[in-house]
Amino acid sequence: MVMIAENEPVVLEPLIYDLSVPGRVGVNLPDSDVPETALPSELLRDDLRLPEVSELQVVRHFLNLSQLNHAIDKGFYPLGSCTMKYNPKINEDMARLPGFALQHPLADEGGSQGALALMHQLQEWLAEISGFEAVSLAPAAGAQGEFAGILMIRNYHLDRGDTARKIILVPNSAHGTNPATVTMAGFDAVELPSDDKGDVDLDALKQVCAEKGDQIAGMMITVPSTLGLFEEHILEVVEIVQGVGGLMYMDGANMNALMGQVKPGELGFDVMHYNLHKTFSTPHGGGGPGSGPVGVGDKLKPYLPGPIVHIVEEATDEEPPLYGLMMPEKSIGRLKAFHGNFGMHVRAYAYIRAYGADGLRDVSRHAVLNANYVRAQLIDTYRIPYPRYCGHEFVLEGRVEGVDDIHALDISKRLMDYGIHPPTNYFPLIVREALLIEPTETETKETLDGFIDAMKKIAEEARTQPELLHEAPHSAPVKRLDEVRAAKELVLCCKPALSDAGD
Amino acid sequence: MSYIPHTEVERQQMLAAIGVTTIEDLFEAVPASHRFPKLDLPPAMSEMEIAAEMQALAEANEHGGDFAMFRGAGAYHHFIPSVVNHILLRGEFYTAYTPYQPEVSQGTLQSVYEYQSMMCALTGMDAANASHYDGATSLAEAVTMALQVTRGKRDKIILSHAIHPQYREVVRTYHQGRDIRIVGDEGTANANALIDMIDDSTAMVAVGYPNFFGQIEDFSALADAVHAKGAVLVMVVNPMMLALYKSPGELGADIVVGEGQALGIPLSYGGPYLGFFATRTQYVRKIAGRIIGETVDMDGKRAYVMTLRPREQDIRREKASSNICTNQGLMALAASVYLALMGRNGLRKVAELNYHKAHYAADQIDRIDGYKVQRNLPFFNEFIVKCLKPVEEINTALLDEGIIGGYDLGQDYPHLKDHMLLAVTEVNTRSEIDTLVEVLKRLS
Repeated sequence: MVMIAENEPVVLEPLIYDLSVPGRVGVNLPDSDVPETALPSELLRDDLRLPEVSELQVVRHFLNLSQLNHAIDKGFYPLGSCTMKYNPKINEDMARLPGFALQHPLADEGGSQGALALMHQLQEWLAEISGFEAVSLAPAAGAQGEFAGILMIRNYHLDRGDTARKIILVPNSAHGTNPATVTMAGFDAVELPSDDKGDVDLDALKQVCAEKGDQIAGMMITVPSTLGLFEEHILEVVEIVQGVGGLMYMDGANMNALMGQVKPGELGFDVMHYNLHKTFSTPHGGGGPGSGPVGVGDKLKPYLPGPIVHIVEEATDEEPPLYGLMMPEKSIGRLKAFHGNFGMHVRAYAYIRAYGADGLRDVSRHAVLNANYVRAQLIDTYRIPYPRYCGHEFVLEGRVEGVDDIHALDISKRLMDYGIHPPTNYFPLIVREALLIEPTETETKETLDGFIDAMKKIAEEARTQPELLHEAPHSAPVKRLDEVRAAKELVLCCKPALSDAGD
Repeated sequence: MSYIPHTEVERQQMLAAIGVTTIEDLFEAVPASHRFPKLDLPPAMSEMEIAAEMQALAEANEHGGDFAMFRGAGAYHHFIPSVVNHILLRGEFYTAYTPYQPEVSQGTLQSVYEYQSMMCALTGMDAANASHYDGATSLAEAVTMALQVTRGKRDKIILSHAIHPQYREVVRTYHQGRDIRIVGDEGTANANALIDMIDDSTAMVAVGYPNFFGQIEDFSALADAVHAKGAVLVMVVNPMMLALYKSPGELGADIVVGEGQALGIPLSYGGPYLGFFATRTQYVRKIAGRIIGETVDMDGKRAYVMTLRPREQDIRREKASSNICTNQGLMALAASVYLALMGRNGLRKVAELNYHKAHYAADQIDRIDGYKVQRNLPFFNEFIVKCLKPVEEINTALLDEGIIGGYDLGQDYPHLKDHMLLAVTEVNTRSEIDTLVEVLKRLS
């Protein structure tokens, strides 16, 4: 029988600490096979508050928790700007091969040739896909790739004695990481408006470049934009900014629309980051780990974050090349210990291998096809700004004509009742009640049709039974949360008492 | 077509619905001059072929599966119970994303909350965040927080030279755009010698516990000196050691950061790892990155949610103190599962095994003529050995016997030429240690 004390909240799954019974251990450990050395009692603690549970309790606990998640493996996950595509299972197996999983990061280079060969190959492939000169796999996530890119731009200008360039231009449709990155690197972000087609406002760009050209270090821009639109004047934007001595940074978060369609390096970009956990199918892991390699053209090549993999001795008829790690000549430095999130490099390598050149081109073709299909099917039901084909995602306004108090949030929460993860909501900030929808190429037409039906039904429900939306979700593990209470009371960890010690 | 499910019939139906004839028509906004470039990549491979090729690459490495591992220096070969990997492979966890929608993310949210709770227990702190990229970036973020806590009025950051050399490099990379001074690691100042550098402009002092050399320094005087000047004491810790030794909280730390790889995460050639970050209540609102808090839903059901969101980049944009968004979520889950399995008694036992085996190895090595273990400070599972020969030469000989030897400290510290940093963990058997000692003896 489950006892529920008065005023105690109902729980979905107890905390691991609440399962604890003094004396239990969840793992079978060996005894010491060496003579024991006296422990330094004056340095030791006796207050280690960790739970005491059995192995089966741990398994059930985490399995029960897992059931409370929505995930790609369970259902459709059209979360815009995140590219929630299928994460192939073989990638996981490859990353767990003992030769990769048990390789020490400070192992001698001579004994790390397999890992180094893989990283070198991935550097080359990523450079080819985006048309860049060189790639560093060091950044641990997209945001770190952005940071690396902006630091490279900074040091490029400083090296030339060009010390007045303090401004990085950022369109108002940008991911929040862009302006945050600019500040972190010691620059000032200057926001650019968008025009009524969703592109950068060219007049505003020309004006700021005319007025402050010698202070502009560069511009960060996402292609396709966070509205899912391919900037129509991209060549002109690049030319204007570079014309006043600025460098161009491309946020590669939306690269899933571009593979084999256009190479950012050929458009004139100086640097971009890739999100291996978006475009190249490495899993999102409930919030990481990601991997955010950076690619650069000639100008920034000496500044790449390190280490990068290079060929120490070229291959001969009998021997493969000898690979080694190096810091580029004027490197901005190390971004993390060791050499990037190698496990993600392994997965991305397996992914690129599975598709090859034509397959990757098909990935982007179908990502764009799926997005445009959903867009076309919803255009009569919801207001979709910017009447043009989209890239791999599109934004619609999450409201229903004639119903005042239905918001993007209500539609999002109601989608959960249809077994679908909500799209990104309230981003980009420049679209009212934005819902950013990215189906990805790995979804079938039936899944897309199911989503389209759900969105149409929800629009109908908004008119006939709006309370269904206001109170949604109804079938998720929990209803809407009291987020104000969470921020006000700030319960950030449970503070278990020690069960058998005097505390 | 690998993972793309479309049939030709479906493609045509979809194109018709859109009102175009080919997929290429959808790319009309891309400048024609640059559209559809050639991609010089190898052709697609079947799953079988991929597995064979990658297996061959993996086997070209000298790794901890085939060799006895005595190398640490910030990444450790520990035993990982099977359960950890089985939980990580649950698609419900690893194919989910950041829990922006808490109603359908309670699994991730509660497990991160439990991770935060267990990290607080280990470190003796009041709050921990949901993770950073690794130990080095956690330290870099601690610098940002210390500057904020001291209201941007202080510009001096003191780092002990005995913090991992790569961590100190990362701190410098992160803060090169800021007008601050990073000092303290020019010489070989120990914790007490750092006290002389603390002044009114000092925002923080960071030390290792244990330090990079595996040593446990006495921080009692340092902690008082840091606090007397109103600065912040940051400890870079090895979480495994905290199962046994006094918590940083008890020793006076204000921020505790470190590498969580030892807690159930494989070596994986340096990543993905787990940066942890914990602090005291008064600084909670200055933490960068994600934090999970407890609340209730509309029915009063207990639930978890990302909280203190207005600090983060997607809301605060250029005013955010860090751009971090994706962190190391799945690695935090690995640490949660690991810590739950080990629990209070298991983790202590593992830590004791590390301690006993390391001390056994040190005692045996000390008996060899010409080799000397540095014992001026206590150590946990890693220690410095002064060698008779260059470390590279010793390691080559060890490799022939199936052993990956210690880290060559001369690479980073010129005064430690011919000094090796040896790590011994619970996975090293007595016979591995004895073989190591035999080889060293031969080289004496």
